[in-house]
This record gives sequence, structure tokens and C-alpha cells, in this order.
Amino acid sequence: MSTVYILWLRQLKRYFRSRARMIGSLGQPLLFLFALGFGFGPIYQRAGGGNYVQFLAPGIIAMAILFTAIFSRIEIIWDRQFGFLKETLVAPVSRFHIMLGRTLGGATVAALQGVIVFLLSLLAGFRPLSITMLPLAFLFMILVAILFTALGTAIASLLEDLQGFQLIMNFIVMPLFFLSGALFPLQGLPKAIGIAASVDPLSYGVDGLRGTLVNGAHFGLFADFAILGIITALLLAVGGYLFSKIQI
Amino acid sequence: MPAIEVKNLTKEFKGLKAVDSISFEVKEGEIFAFLGPNGAGKTTTIKMLTTLLHPTSGEMRLNNYDPMANPDDARRSFGIVFQDPSLDDELTAKENMEFHGVLYGVQKDLRASRIEQLLNFVELWDRKDDLVKHFSGGMKRRLEIARGLLHHPKILFLDEPTLGLDPQTRTHIWSYVKNLNKEEGITVFFTTHYMEEADRAAQKIAIIDRGKIVAEGSAKELKQKTNTNLLEDAFLALTGRGIREEEASGAEHLRNTRRLWRR
Repeated sequence: MSTVYILWLRQLKRYFRSRARMIGSLGQPLLFLFALGFGFGPIYQRAGGGNYVQFLAPGIIAMAILFTAIFSRIEIIWDRQFGFLKETLVAPVSRFHIMLGRTLGGATVAALQGVIVFLLSLLAGFRPLSITMLPLAFLFMILVAILFTALGTAIASLLEDLQGFQLIMNFIVMPLFFLSGALFPLQGLPKAIGIAASVDPLSYGVDGLRGTLVNGAHFGLFADFAILGIITALLLAVGGYLFSKIQI
Repeated sequence: MPAIEVKNLTKEFKGLKAVDSISFEVKEGEIFAFLGPNGAGKTTTIKMLTTLLHPTSGEMRLNNYDPMANPDDARRSFGIVFQDPSLDDELTAKENMEFHGVLYGVQKDLRASRIEQLLNFVELWDRKDDLVKHFSGGMKRRLEIARGLLHHPKILFLDEPTLGLDPQTRTHIWSYVKNLNKEEGITVFFTTHYMEEADRAAQKIAIIDRGKIVAEGSAKELKQKTNTNLLEDAFLALTGRGIREEEASGAEHLRNTRRLWRR
């Protein structure tokens, strides 16, 4: 347990010590929120969708969590050559605990980024419908954070150097985000996009956040929660296995 | 009982034998130099001994533990300074030590006293609360040595510990290591490209080339054997003058990227 705790703590210390990184990673979600939110707002309203910022904000919160979670894990590739990872791998502790500590640490950081984006979205005019649902929304943030941190761990365990990074961005992270329904409603989509969205785990995270924050869940909150939970457990197992197989 | 015992150790990467059936022994309390040109198999051997890499075949014993069968016992037996830095730059010197202590299950009180003692030993106690990213290469090395000693290992691995350091710092680091070996009886296994370091510090030397051990003995014996006056000349006589073209690996790519970023 002390292994898990100390690795979690390390991740948080690093987060709070590098303000530049913290602020830098908020730039993209805020740009999306303001540019898309206000840019598409009028046309969304005219099409009868209502307030677009209200619709978009949960998606952008999910985006901030996704990006932070995956990036915090990609550093494993770097870390195993020049960082602390090797030091932990030769220590007499279980690899699964190392993976768990790092994943929970990364997930905590990602969830915190989500909370910050949520607070900033209030400035853009976003208003959650009910305060009592906020803890549930936070629960979804944590679940999404753990899921994608575990996914990042699994990917990073397979990669030897940073050259695969672009590949991951273009073929995993971006599709996960754009097909998740973060930016558009899932109703009435062309069939192919609809299917893609329904196999994208982020869709359920976005849906859960939207359901708890603005009351518009497409799949239903329970389904969102169950599916996210199952995928998270699965990815933790796969990530744990791949991580335990890392040889340097 | 030898501190390290290796028998017919082999590691193949995609059919290429990086380490080819090597055998050697390091006595307890000995300073042992493992020399060889680039790509000879030094780091691969260290990685296998320190449980980071699984051998293709062969046997190893570390403080009488099999690193494959009892990795955690083997891990408690050694401390290591890697070729590439393995400190957390965003943490302070003391925090890096604390982390190590927790990972190795060193009790809190003991941890505090040992950290103070070791940081004093490598003359970093007054910088204990500074972030490691502000440290020079030599300071980082010293900190890594202190950290590697925190759990009182029987064996200390040093993989090119003085690479890129100036002569002052190198002399300094070697005086710690020799001191440690003398007073605590700790076994030291190191690699280096600086032959004079091996000549001065090592009681025994093994030279590895293309995955095979080509010679073994004290510096004096190796010089006699090759009829040379300098260990460097003995080394060249044993391994030839051809420059080794090492295939760039993933690690090498990262190292290059890192160099660019540092500028």
C-alpha cells in the first residue's frame, strides 16, 4: 500500500509544482469551449438545439480529462529511459502496485484538470442544472480519468520511443475525442458515425457528464456508469499486465 | 560464497547474441570492472543481473539469490546507478531519497537518519531541499550513489557512473566508492570507458567483446598477458582497433532527442 500511496503522491507533487504545464494543458479545452461554443452557438440555437455552450461544456470537460490522462502516461516512455521508472522497476515491490499508484496519480491529476475546466466553463456562461448532481458528475470525471490513464499506461508499455507518439495522437486520441459526441448530439447521426460513437468509451463519459450536469443523457446514466466501470476494470487489467511485462 | 555468480549467461535479441554464454564470478568485497567497447554487452548483462531483462538462457546468482526466481530478494541485495539518470527532476534531493526508502521498506526513523548520513557523505546535505533539476551532472551522480546505498545493499552496480563528468568530479566519486568498499565491505560492479579508472580502482577486470568475455584478471595480469604498459593498450590489444558501429536503438533515439532539448 505504501508503494501505491507514494507513487500517487509523487504524481500530485509534480502536478502542483509545474504550473506552466497545468496552465498549458488548459489552453486547448478553453479554446474549444470559447471558439466552438460561441462560434457555433447561433446556428445551434437556430437549428433548435438550445444553448450550445450548455451542451458543449460537459464534452470539453471530458476532453480535458482525456488529454491530460493520456499525456500523463505517455511520459512513461520517456521516464523509462531517463527517469524515475527504472528506479521503481528495480525496487522490491510488485509491478502491479507501481502501475496502480501511477495510474491513480495520473487519474487524480486528470480529474483535477476536469474540475478546473468545469469552473472555467462557468465563466463562459455554463450553468449546471442541479447542485445535488455535482458529486455524481465528479464521480464520472474520476471514472473517465482512471479509464484513459489506464489506456495510456497500456499504450505506453508497448511503445519503445516517442516516434509512435504522433500515431497515437492521430489514430487514438483525436478519434476518441471527435467521435464521442463531445461536440455534437448523438441523435439522428449517419449510421457509421453513430456506430463509431457507440463503441467509443469516451461517449459514455461525455454522456454521463451531460446527464448529471445538464440532464440530457442519451444512453442513460446507469448504462454510462456500468459501461465505463467495466471498460475501466478491463483496461486496468490489461495495462497492469503489459506494464508487468516491460523490459528495458 | 561469491557476491555475483554468472554461468553461461546468454541474451538474444531477434537472433542476435548480445551476450553469448558468459561466465564469471565476483568475490564478496571486491571491486570488479566490466569493460568492453560500445555494444559489447555490458549494459545488457547489468540489466539481466538487476532483473530488468530476462536472459535467453544461463544462470545467475546475486548474493546467492536467483534474480529470475526471487527477484525481490535479489533486488534488496543491490543498489544501482544507471547509465542514464533515473532521478525525479521535479522532486528535491531529500524527496528522491524518501521515495527510495519507502519503496525498499526502510522504516521511517531509520530512513531519516540514513538519509542525513548519506547526503552528508556525498556532500549534498545543504542542498537537500533543492529540486534535482537545478543540480549539475556531478551532483546528480552523487545523489544517485547515495540513493543506491540507502537500503544498505551488499552489491553496488555502477553503469558508466562517471560518463561526461570532469576529472575533479570523477576523482571525487571514486574516492566515495573506494571508501565505501573499504569501510563497509560493499561489492562494487562497474563499467566504464575510462581505462585509468579501472586500473586504479578495480581489483579484478573482465573484458567483454561482441558478447563474449575475452580476458579476465587484475590490471597487472592483463598488461603482462598482452605485454603492454597501459591498461588502455592491453584493452586495445584484446579487443582490436576497429570502431564498433552500434545500431541505434530506441534508447539512442531518446538520448539524441534529449540532447536537443537540453540546448
